[in-house]
Amino acid sequence: MITKTKPFGEIEVDERQKLSFPNGILGFENLNTFVLLDAAQPPFYWLQSTEEPDVAFVLIDPLFFKPDYIPDISPSDLEEIEIENSEDQLVFAIVTIPEKQELMTANLQGPIIVNKRRKLGRQSISRNPRWLVRHFILQELAAVKDRAC
Amino acid sequence: MIGDQIEVSVVDIKGDQVKLGIDAPRSVKVFRQEVYQAIQLENRAAAKTPADLPQIESMLDPQSGGNTIAPNNPTE
Repeated sequence: MITKTKPFGEIEVDERQKLSFPNGILGFENLNTFVLLDAAQPPFYWLQSTEEPDVAFVLIDPLFFKPDYIPDISPSDLEEIEIENSEDQLVFAIVTIPEKQELMTANLQGPIIVNKRRKLGRQSISRNPRWLVRHFILQELAAVKDRAC
Repeated sequence: MIGDQIEVSVVDIKGDQVKLGIDAPRSVKVFRQEVYQAIQLENRAAAKTPADLPQIESMLDPQSGGNTIAPNNPTE
């Protein structure tokens, strides 16, 4: 199926890559179908709306810069997207990249949870107060590398 | 009751799952609303991220010793 995407223009996307977000994501509740794409720039991904070509979110795996991240999502949230065990589950954080790109942040308080088996997804709110809406990715990455030395 | 302002009641029981209802004063709900709003705002800002993303690797400080590279000195 041809999909109009923000990063790549019109591309061919396999039907099986379509993800259903029954509740959309916060602030975009009317958008219920997305495709998950690798960005040209790892480690990023794009969550592209198939309904609004201009709406696409940059995602990152939180473990990339926060190796001890556990989203701590309520069981009822996981049930809503039929996650029965952790193997079904993918966790991403939405990234905001301002004009000063080095100030890019990731939202660890409201992660995107995907059931890769059932192709369902949602944005959940973590129960852990440690996780914020803005974590500075580069700063946290530098801290990880320092500890690794 | 939790404290003297928050009332928790059992709304439904299905097998070994109990559904709870929480009656809380406005102040508690406002906190939750703030979290939702903060995330909504952040999502809207995130949706504006332009398509050409940075290469993270090239934005990290080189940690190793050796020659310091002056900021204005173009390197390969």
